[in-house]
Amino acid sequence: MKAAVEFSRVARHFGAVRAVDDVDLSIAEGEFFAMLGPSGSGKTTCLRLIAGFDRPTSGDIAIFGQSMGNVPPYRRPVNTVFQDYALFPHLNVRDNVAYGLMIVGQNKKARRQAADEALELVALPGFGDRKPSQLSGGQRQRVALARALVMKPKVLLLDEPLGALDLKLREAMQDELKNLQRHLGITFVFVTHDQGEALSMADRVAVFNEGRIVQAGTPHDIYYRPETPFVADFVGSSNLLQPDLTERLGGGRVHAALRPEAIRLTEQGHAAQVVSQAFLGTATRLTLDMDGHRLTALVPKGDALPAVGDTVHLEWAPGDLHLMKAGA
Amino acid sequence: MTVLDNTTSPAPARGLFERLSDVLWRRPRLLVALLVLPPLAWLGIVYLGSLFALLVQSFFSIDEFSGQIRYELTLSTYAELFRAYNLDIILRTVAMAAAVTVAAAIVAFPIAYFAARYARGPMKALFYLGVMLPLWSSYLVKVYAWKLILAREGILNWAFESAGLSWLLNAYLSLPGVGGNSLSVSWTGTFLVFLYVWLPFMILPVQAALERVPPSMLEASGDLGAKPGQTLRHVLIPLALPGIIAGSIFTFSLTMGDYIVPQIVGTSARMIGQAVYQYQGTAGNIPLAAAFAVVPILIMGLYLWFAKRKGAFDAL
Repeated sequence: MKAAVEFSRVARHFGAVRAVDDVDLSIAEGEFFAMLGPSGSGKTTCLRLIAGFDRPTSGDIAIFGQSMGNVPPYRRPVNTVFQDYALFPHLNVRDNVAYGLMIVGQNKKARRQAADEALELVALPGFGDRKPSQLSGGQRQRVALARALVMKPKVLLLDEPLGALDLKLREAMQDELKNLQRHLGITFVFVTHDQGEALSMADRVAVFNEGRIVQAGTPHDIYYRPETPFVADFVGSSNLLQPDLTERLGGGRVHAALRPEAIRLTEQGHAAQVVSQAFLGTATRLTLDMDGHRLTALVPKGDALPAVGDTVHLEWAPGDLHLMKAGA
Repeated sequence: MTVLDNTTSPAPARGLFERLSDVLWRRPRLLVALLVLPPLAWLGIVYLGSLFALLVQSFFSIDEFSGQIRYELTLSTYAELFRAYNLDIILRTVAMAAAVTVAAAIVAFPIAYFAARYARGPMKALFYLGVMLPLWSSYLVKVYAWKLILAREGILNWAFESAGLSWLLNAYLSLPGVGGNSLSVSWTGTFLVFLYVWLPFMILPVQAALERVPPSMLEASGDLGAKPGQTLRHVLIPLALPGIIAGSIFTFSLTMGDYIVPQIVGTSARMIGQAVYQYQGTAGNIPLAAAFAVVPILIMGLYLWFAKRKGAFDAL
């Protein structure tokens, strides 16, 4: 099967800045693919390269096996949901959604019907006559989604589409987007800087840093098996162990990741001091000091809690200490 | 303790200005009134008042025998506007203003687009300088300079001659209506000078409108399959329309009211501005001058009403 999107040694340089640096990437058809990274890591530039708003300095991008080297955005089988939604303020919601169909010359009745169907799909029936300025942020986001989906793209590109929404709405939209993607079977390429969003929605995640992909894999792999200290740190919540500590714990002189929930308090084991504790509801988070290294552990509800200043002993299953590659 | 007293009770107002500041702080509306009153008085009395006086004048008429103004309300002066030679003046002026406006919009758009989308830093400063610089020199000087440029002995003629294209210029000048003895005494000449002197008034508002169009809007259009030409037609021009309309208000009304350019460059046929100037001056027919002056106001009003109905300001 051909990949939906394939990057072959793609680079995009802006003067001396290597926004995208030698990226190889393959996104399968029907996949929900997330590009995760801090701002300036090259993830948005990659998205723009797929859409055709920008062209690679070197390398090639293929969509369903077709090289996009000389294909302008208006001839690519992809559509984009923009971060700022980019709805046309002079058109009402229906005409916004029907814009692409109007451009390809569909007649008025057909495109009106298609637009209303698309609005129904994103749970905005009856909103066709309003102006974008009369909608809330979440509604605008849905209109932008409908406007892209009505074109039946082979690949849908989403540039931080949930970034401007408040937390509750964001969580609801995450579920809806995921369901929509399953339902439609379209390949989604989703750019975000929110690791929670990427891990919860995507089938596969690529973590970007300084223009390169540092790790690509399932959310499970990214979370449990970070390959570099950067991934462990950015995806967060894992304890990142420095090489000297890993060595002392019997793991060799490399960085290692240790999940807080993998740490158990026991009678013997590695000694550490409790620095502070925070009540989280289902568990209590302990901040520990192990010979000058900070560690976080989770104590499940109901377990005995040590006091701040106490010395505790730590243990974990051998497989829970995830060793990274040397030099990573 | 006295030190404590100083920190807890407010310091008393000292001096007239501080007390005045206190009063204004307590009554914010007074401050707004003080700020607004002088300009409002100027606008209301001097500006609109004189306009109203003009309007009233246009409803009087002139006694054809004595040349005295009859202070009775009548529409007869307006009826006079519809006499063939007066109607000619109006139609000629409106046609010229429309031509200048359309040409200014066409010439200004690419310049404004470049400035809004691509010019940064020093380039942008250069753009503003280039657009504004002509406004800093006297309008009369510019018009006379153009007269020299367009004259038969002028540089334009010379350029055509040097390029061996005199025949082309002469063929154009022999066309009825737009042609003449030389460019400087033709309607084409008047048009060129108008286009030149009013162009900045079109460039600046169009540039301001284009500046507010986010680049993602154009990308979205392309993303949805629109070729650049379609994006221009369906997105860029509609979004720039308020700016184009604002610019056209300037170019259209300035052209309609002007009486100097057509006097210096152009034919002997008059435009509205010249008619107003002559009727209120040498001819002493203030009512007719006033009636003529009302014409551009009416046309602009109609134009704006029509533009609004067509949705030109929807993107505002």
